[in-house]
Amino acid sequence: MDFSSIPAALPALWEGMQTTLLLLVLGVLGGVLLGTLLAMLRLSHNPLLAGIAATYVNYFRSIPLLLVITWFYFAVPFVLRWITGEDTPVGAFASCLVAFVMFEAAYFCEIVRAGIQSIPRGQMSAAQALGMTYGQSMRLIILPQAFRKMTPLLLQQSIILFQDTSLVYSVGLMDFLNAARSRGDIVGQPHEFLLVAGLVYFIVSFAASQLVKRLQKRLTP
Amino acid sequence: MDYNWDWGVFLRATGIGDEIYLDWFVAGLGWTVAVALAGWIVALLLGSLLGVLRTLPNRWLSGLATAYVELFRNVPLLVQLFIWYFLVPDLLPEPLELWFKQDLSPATSAYLSVVVCLGLFTAARVCEQVRTGIQALPGGQTAAALALGLRTGQIYRQVLLPQAFRIIIPPLTSEFLNIFKNSSVASLIGLMELLAQTKQTAEFSAHLFEAFTLATLIYFTLNMSLMLVMRRIEKKVAVPGLIAGGK
Repeated sequence: MDFSSIPAALPALWEGMQTTLLLLVLGVLGGVLLGTLLAMLRLSHNPLLAGIAATYVNYFRSIPLLLVITWFYFAVPFVLRWITGEDTPVGAFASCLVAFVMFEAAYFCEIVRAGIQSIPRGQMSAAQALGMTYGQSMRLIILPQAFRKMTPLLLQQSIILFQDTSLVYSVGLMDFLNAARSRGDIVGQPHEFLLVAGLVYFIVSFAASQLVKRLQKRLTP
Repeated sequence: MDYNWDWGVFLRATGIGDEIYLDWFVAGLGWTVAVALAGWIVALLLGSLLGVLRTLPNRWLSGLATAYVELFRNVPLLVQLFIWYFLVPDLLPEPLELWFKQDLSPATSAYLSVVVCLGLFTAARVCEQVRTGIQALPGGQTAAALALGLRTGQIYRQVLLPQAFRIIIPPLTSEFLNIFKNSSVASLIGLMELLAQTKQTAEFSAHLFEAFTLATLIYFTLNMSLMLVMRRIEKKVAVPGLIAGGK
């Protein structure tokens, strides 16, 4: 093992890590947004809307993420051309982001749903007694409390997503893993670069999950 | 949309031998199931052992199991797979290395790597479920078993584990389903499982949407039917007296 060429490769690795982190942040934001919407649909009294949301969630939870990434990589440009009627070049980053948002939304939906359901019903009744509409009581009363309860779970799911972003390797996006792999191949030390990549993923995920554990303890008295 | 839908594509010849595209999907599903089941056996055995270790009073043993769980849970699956497939063979003693690289067919060596990888990866998750199951049992169970004069091994084998496993069937089911989904990473080291066959069909036939729709349907059906089977088992072995037991 010879790790001497790692320092020289740090800028390239950092560039890959930036792609990974950007994908993570945008993926979590989009996923939570769409997931919250789905959760509200699932909990709505309209059976059609609830059914659609439930089908969406079950569908995405029963197929592999890698399948979604691969499929969207091929399909997103097609669908875009169909909608806009012209050739719009879509990079791997955009199609991966769409895949992550749509896939993770199914998982975030279940977390948000459980969070909303954990709020006592009296909160909703009280809000409506004060004359708030359904939307207002959700936005101002229920969701803020639910999100505080869900924060540890949402963060845990984000750590899983951080690890899962490495799957974009399959469509050639230059994320952290891909940067490490290709640098390792160039300098002829694939094993060393692979180990360093694994170590970095480990340190980030481990530290983050320890922080989440601590946060969880503080939030649950 | 200038896309030529054709659902008959699966019955068409691939141009390789006298296979039709459907044959590829069947072969792919076979590999997916073979990977998942073998990996699951490894995960269940090792995960149960680790789960028991985590509940032992001995600090070294439980610390070892904790370290295992943290290590395997915090490194991405794909990185683990690359380590097992590209790195570990180079570290083996020479006769073993040559056997792995030269004697085995590419499919077999990829299969072995992915089974070991998924088995050890999933074992960390199974370990946590087993530990939770054991810790969820009332402390009186262990005390009563001790009072009856059972030794530690007997307590686990005859009192704790039989109950713990029945409690944790629902979370174990979701890990069991996960291993089928996770087996798709095998496509990235060249094993022709379901996802790899789907990609190949999409490229050969140029019927991208049909190929991926079929793959999705297969995964979906597989998932749903396994879930139904596990629900049956769960009901059959539920521990009476607990809320989950129903009576």
